Amino acid sequence: MNFPILSAIIFIPLIGALFILVTKEEQKAVVKNSKYVAIFSSLTNFFLSIFLWYSFDTSTSEFQFVEEKNWMEGFINFQLGIDGISILFILLTTFITPICIFSGINSIRFKLKEFLIAILVMETFMLGVFCSLDLVIFYLFFEGGLIPMFLIIGIWGGPKRVYSAFKFFLFTLLGSVLMLIAIISIYWITGTTDVIKLLDIRIPQEYQYLLWLAFFSSFAVKLPMWPFHTWLPDAHVEAPTAGSVILAAILLKMAGYGFMRFSLGLFPVASDYFTPLIFTLSIIAIIYTSLVALMQDDMKKLIAYSSVAHMGFVTIGIFSLTKQGLEGSIIQMMSHGLISAALFLCVGVVYDRLHSRMISSYGGLVNIMPKYAFVFMIFVLAALGLPGTSGFVGEFLILVGTFQINIFVAVLASLGVILAAAYMLWLYKRVIFGKMASSEIKEMADLNKTEIYIFASLVFLTLFFGIYPEPLFNTIDISVSNLIDNYQTDLNFYLVQTNN
Amino acid sequence: MQTIVYILPEIFLSLAIMFLLMLGVFIKKSFKLVYLLTILSLIFAIALVLNQPNEIVKVFNESYIIDRLSIFMKVLTLLFCFFVLLSSKDYIKNNNIDKIEYPIIILASTLGMILMISSYDLIIFYLGLELQSLGLYILASFKRDDERSTEAGLKYFVLSALASGLLLYGCSLIYGFTGSTNFEIISANLDEANTGAVFGIVFIIVGLAFKVSAVPFHMWTPDVYEGSPTSVTSFFALVPKIAAISVFIRFMYVPFVNVISQWQTIIIFLSIASMILGAVAAIGQSNIKRLMAYSSIGHMGYALAGLAPGTNAGIQSTIIYLTIYLVMNLGAFGCIFMMKRENIFYENINDLSGLSKNQPMLALSFLIILFSLAGIPPLAGFFAKFHVFMAVIEVKMYALAIIGLVTTVISAFYYLRIIKVIYFDKPKKPFEESYDWGLKISLILSSILILTYFIYPSILVDTISSILIY
Repeated sequence: MNFPILSAIIFIPLIGALFILVTKEEQKAVVKNSKYVAIFSSLTNFFLSIFLWYSFDTSTSEFQFVEEKNWMEGFINFQLGIDGISILFILLTTFITPICIFSGINSIRFKLKEFLIAILVMETFMLGVFCSLDLVIFYLFFEGGLIPMFLIIGIWGGPKRVYSAFKFFLFTLLGSVLMLIAIISIYWITGTTDVIKLLDIRIPQEYQYLLWLAFFSSFAVKLPMWPFHTWLPDAHVEAPTAGSVILAAILLKMAGYGFMRFSLGLFPVASDYFTPLIFTLSIIAIIYTSLVALMQDDMKKLIAYSSVAHMGFVTIGIFSLTKQGLEGSIIQMMSHGLISAALFLCVGVVYDRLHSRMISSYGGLVNIMPKYAFVFMIFVLAALGLPGTSGFVGEFLILVGTFQINIFVAVLASLGVILAAAYMLWLYKRVIFGKMASSEIKEMADLNKTEIYIFASLVFLTLFFGIYPEPLFNTIDISVSNLIDNYQTDLNFYLVQTNN
Repeated sequence: MQTIVYILPEIFLSLAIMFLLMLGVFIKKSFKLVYLLTILSLIFAIALVLNQPNEIVKVFNESYIIDRLSIFMKVLTLLFCFFVLLSSKDYIKNNNIDKIEYPIIILASTLGMILMISSYDLIIFYLGLELQSLGLYILASFKRDDERSTEAGLKYFVLSALASGLLLYGCSLIYGFTGSTNFEIISANLDEANTGAVFGIVFIIVGLAFKVSAVPFHMWTPDVYEGSPTSVTSFFALVPKIAAISVFIRFMYVPFVNVISQWQTIIIFLSIASMILGAVAAIGQSNIKRLMAYSSIGHMGYALAGLAPGTNAGIQSTIIYLTIYLVMNLGAFGCIFMMKRENIFYENINDLSGLSKNQPMLALSFLIILFSLAGIPPLAGFFAKFHVFMAVIEVKMYALAIIGLVTTVISAFYYLRIIKVIYFDKPKKPFEESYDWGLKISLILSSILILTYFIYPSILVDTISSILIY
């Protein structure tokens, strides 16, 4: 097949954005047109990616749909390609983006046209991250995403939006510039930044530790790991609903993906050496941020902290380097993408009506908004990992995987499951049950049609993958086994080298 | 007689200057005509330069060189001089500096720069330098009735004269210890043991560092940038930098090539100091011209970082950096020229607030330019830095690379602050829509170039690597 389907998926949103940018008519017509263009291009992209999944060959661990173009001649080629791991992230991105667009159309009250442009440009950058097979191209997309996200937080955000936007931008930038140095160093050590070639080249052991740390600095900020997580609660709280959804559902996953593809794939010795560090930070993240989440008054902040805890599970799973652990991490990232998106949308629903994110301003919503109460319940239960929801599958597998490696870590991590149940259920109790905090609550309307469609799709997927996660496993299985095999052979190679 | 062919552009420019001067004196109110003819003669000069032979020629006792590097740099100089004149016409008219001398002095100064770029001998180099400096002194104080402009001109004159003095002293030391003013003979006679000549090198580098405004010889920059009329500031920020960097390259790689260990440390120091000061000092500025001054100091730090490794890739990265810097600054000053309301030009950053609401397209192009200046991918500014750090890391200067990238993050803060004012703050009174097509063209051109550079970066990289092949 010669059709460059990956380039198409990456650049369709960008073309949509350009189209919106150049439309010039009356104000009303422009807004209407840009709505249609945005919805059309993001849905086209979604169906295209479904088609991609359909034609994806799950029986090989090779990169597929590889495209290569001359770009910076003699240095770097523009190279794209996907394997079983990246395709799931692409699907998640193309699924979440239309949801953000619908939610934005539903709740953004000014500069809608610019908002849609920002979201579409953002989609291009996110898809680029998951498709690129060259470190420089990866960096380009990874960093480029800062621009639209900065604007989304800064323009459409809450009262402290300027502070949050700056913190988000500068934190992430500082983390990533070290990765840029590492990427350039890799070029001079190995002579290429082509990921396919690099996976076969063994980078000399003495370089690996520093390079790993440089990549770690970038991913740890983005993921975020404790103690680099402080930008996340601010950014989440101040961002508009659609912005929070993109942040939680996709942006954080870039780092998990980066750990899997680059840290494990390129620096096996260093990954092995630093595993205790990752385990320690992740355990602290899980327990500490869960406790912090318990004490939050702000709903969005609570969910933001719970994201940090969930991402702690993901890193433990990745660095357990067992098949269950790694597959669990991927499933956990997918399900967290759906669930956190849904939870932020749930907060968005009540925020649009009452303009308060404080838990104390709500109460007794079950009486007036029964549909909302039902939807919220499903996602709260999914977030705490109730069997039957996708949240359970991921966490369970991660714990199984970790148990084989380190019982102590597994036991401490399971504490996080209990704490998650505590803060999520308590949140639900305070918002949905009990007395109404004010009379204004009585006038709140239940979910409207757009919201019902959005939530219905999310509920369906959360339950579907909770009950029947087979399609996901089927896709990632061979790629994950291959990743682990390569890792082990590389590690043995280096061990033999050191012993001689 | 045959050698004259090789300096046709220079001869043409000198004749054009003299002719325009006569024209301006004899025809009353001829500013528009002179301005137009200046622009046309710049275009014609570009054509003459491009028409020069594609080989290395040294004429007049090997004191003047025409090679691909000099041709490229001359084209850049003339081209950006053209764009500066094109974009600042509206400003010049509104500020009563539309005197016939203005374009003529710019042309004379440009001629000086072109002589500098091609010089292959200390004396020719110094003559060119003085010609361009004299023009710049007058330009800085061109708004005679304005105190700040006069101050800027005086300050620049005093400090620059001092720097020229140091430079000349360095030249005389070099001549004394090597016995020649010709670059190649100097190169052959210079070695590490020649302490006197090493002193000469230090003085010459100080003089050049003053011209590119590298720290610690940057003191004049913020005041001169702020005090001069904006049209002159934009000229200062763009055109003289090309000649200065080009001379820097020529000096380091022809006469001083054998004593690299002597000047490398100096360059590294200049570069690190400029990057840090450029990033830190700009944070507190509220005047956008002053901010651009510090920003240009920082950018020159990155450009010098490319020279530090002493490799071919390093020079290449410096030229790439310079080219992209010029395009970005052209755009940035284009945006500053747009800050006009009722025939008054505003310079405060806070005046920009709410620009995104009033003039969305202008705000968007300012956004692109600012993110590019901050070096965020996928805009052109990122690639400029990328090439420099490629060259720096190749020779394992990790400290320089890390300091450079950390200062990128710091400097991102103040570019973000402007974006914050444009996009996040409440709208104020809108600026007037500009109808000056010259300004519009240069602004649109630079934003589009910055935005689309990532599609195929090879175009610039290949061009520049081809000019360095000897």
